[in-house]
Amino acid sequence: MNYAQHEHHDFLGASNQALADPPLQAALTRLTDTLMAGNRKGYAALADSSALRDHAKRIKEHTLAHLDRYLEQLEASVQKLGGRVHWAATADDARRIIVTIAQQAGCQNAVKSKSMTSEEIHLNGALEKAGVRVTETDFGEFIIQLAGERPSHLVAPAVHHTRESVARVLSQHLGQPLPDDPKSLALAGRRVLREEFRRADLGISGVNFAVAETGSIVLITNEGNGRLTTTCPRVHVALMGIEKVIPRMRDLPVFLKLLARGATGQTLSVYTTMITGPKRPGEQDGPDEFHLVILDNGRSRVLATPFRESLQCIRCGACLNACPVYRRIGGHAYGGVYSGPIGSILTPLYDSVTLNPHLPHASSLCGACQAACPVKINIPHMLIGLRALQHQHGQGGHGGRHRGRWESWAYRLWSVVLRRPWLYRLALRGARLALRRWDQDGWLTRLPGPGASWTALRDFPAPAALSFRQRWKKDLE
Amino acid sequence: MITCLGDALFPDVGVATVKLLRRLGVGVDFPESQTCCGQPHFNSGFHHDARALAKHTIHAFAKSPLVVTPSGSCAAMVKLEYPELFHHDPVWHGRAEDLARRTHELSDFLVNVLGKVDVGARYPARATYHMACHLRGLGITTEPLRLLENVAGLELVPLERHDECCGFGGSFAVRYPAISGAMVNDKAGFVEKTGAEVVVATDAGCLMNIGGCLRRRGGKVRIMHLAEVLAQQ
Repeated sequence: MNYAQHEHHDFLGASNQALADPPLQAALTRLTDTLMAGNRKGYAALADSSALRDHAKRIKEHTLAHLDRYLEQLEASVQKLGGRVHWAATADDARRIIVTIAQQAGCQNAVKSKSMTSEEIHLNGALEKAGVRVTETDFGEFIIQLAGERPSHLVAPAVHHTRESVARVLSQHLGQPLPDDPKSLALAGRRVLREEFRRADLGISGVNFAVAETGSIVLITNEGNGRLTTTCPRVHVALMGIEKVIPRMRDLPVFLKLLARGATGQTLSVYTTMITGPKRPGEQDGPDEFHLVILDNGRSRVLATPFRESLQCIRCGACLNACPVYRRIGGHAYGGVYSGPIGSILTPLYDSVTLNPHLPHASSLCGACQAACPVKINIPHMLIGLRALQHQHGQGGHGGRHRGRWESWAYRLWSVVLRRPWLYRLALRGARLALRRWDQDGWLTRLPGPGASWTALRDFPAPAALSFRQRWKKDLE
Repeated sequence: MITCLGDALFPDVGVATVKLLRRLGVGVDFPESQTCCGQPHFNSGFHHDARALAKHTIHAFAKSPLVVTPSGSCAAMVKLEYPELFHHDPVWHGRAEDLARRTHELSDFLVNVLGKVDVGARYPARATYHMACHLRGLGITTEPLRLLENVAGLELVPLERHDECCGFGGSFAVRYPAISGAMVNDKAGFVEKTGAEVVVATDAGCLMNIGGCLRRRGGKVRIMHLAEVLAQQ
């Protein structure tokens, strides 16, 4: 069974599996190195990227503080253009709304441009069950759809595939062997997908930004599939989380400058598509019907917590590329739809803190994510906040309640010792004596208890014969 | 401020820091009631314990006009997290902000407070530099390198991915040994590839992790804290 298909899975097993997979390691290094070099170059090319990122953050803060007002404004703007707006409180509501739209319009073949929100609500399965054929049209998404997997990266969903495995998947689908060079594979994919675009009567897209003032939705793609998805079929459904709204058209360039740069280092993505309502009388292109589905699915609950900052995320994937943990275990190890540092926050918050015990801890808190984030989200702080939340649920990092209680007592005891310098000195002396038998030239090659997992891979420095405070008293004071 | 890891595991670093500061004409005192800044508790989500330790530390340094620590990690805890920990407490918040303002990581103090990039150090060796993650949080990205560039006789060779985390992360290293081990083995590999005799860093956590891994791999590269290099003459 492929772990990519499971939500509450074995994090340790999955990450060990990823670490022991050389082709995956090579693919992750290649992709994240390229994208991170782009991220750095992209920010450096701006006159003052830090100030611009602060500005983008303030726009998001402002919007989230007045979210009710901007969402209602967006609804009114879309309706004025002849579009329909649907409010979905839960994933279930969103699935039902979209299935109903498809059924009422008599749609049978859907094409989709890449949308993480649609992954979040598991839309494809619901549509297939209702008899609607669904084809993902982003090439990476198409490959993982054929392989029955989940995306393992926010912007490069099939990073865990190699050209050989893509050739295998595509050959099987087409029933004919394909060479594994990228050009032949891209051309084969294009041939299949063009046919799907021609046949489709329903186009489903995500939303990168929705402009409240004009009712426009903005889509950012590199393959142009977003444009075909939203213009060929007669019905277009766009699905967005409530946090995707921005107030005005003039706020958009701030994010356009940052999104592609943060994600890949591109000045702009290849296609920036702005859609303002359905086809108007006299126009040739565009859908007859335009539906905007606005999804809550737990977001308004998070809005009322200290984790509100996570709603500023624009899903660029920069934190994944920057993260030394993601770079080694890949996206599937995280279990949820969203992976990497931001996924370690979103999955516990939206799914369950108790069912995802590892995610907040599987980070060295190195801060590379925040440094790469276009809106400077303080991801390390939120991970620490989630750790505190786990303790409130009476749960340790992993291993259930018992370990949690043991751990919190250990930390409490440690803090009691640390507040009494004489006890601290005594404890230090005790540790030194206890560890002396493993000391080899100042290093310990074995440690007892939890320390064993340190010394399984590396040595540990032995406590010095004289601590600094002893040497201070002896020589320095 | 010489906190727990430096006190117990790397006392030479503290001694070097004292000698270096005195050589530069700075009067140094060591308030002996200090123990640990509380970062392990804070990072593990035990904020109540962290607050108690923060109060202890604020109290220990109440009379110190300036606080210098050879640890980006403790400096980041005091400067960035202490005020945050007390943001609902009008009395302690002010005290935390005050200590945060007075506290400096060593390289930050030397370069930005004393205004010195050449501290008169001499150390003939081939060295490479690993950037500790907490310096990123503090915005101290060039100071240690500028200090090292001015050490007479020191040949500084660049380290591939010098600002990528070594995989320490406190409890992370013990909870997730496989991931942490992969990170530190990559780091040790990059260090070995430079051909340097010494790898220099600014934090005890990085040094024990990278040093422990280098030793297990059987290499000859030594670890040194920035203060130890700068104290050499």
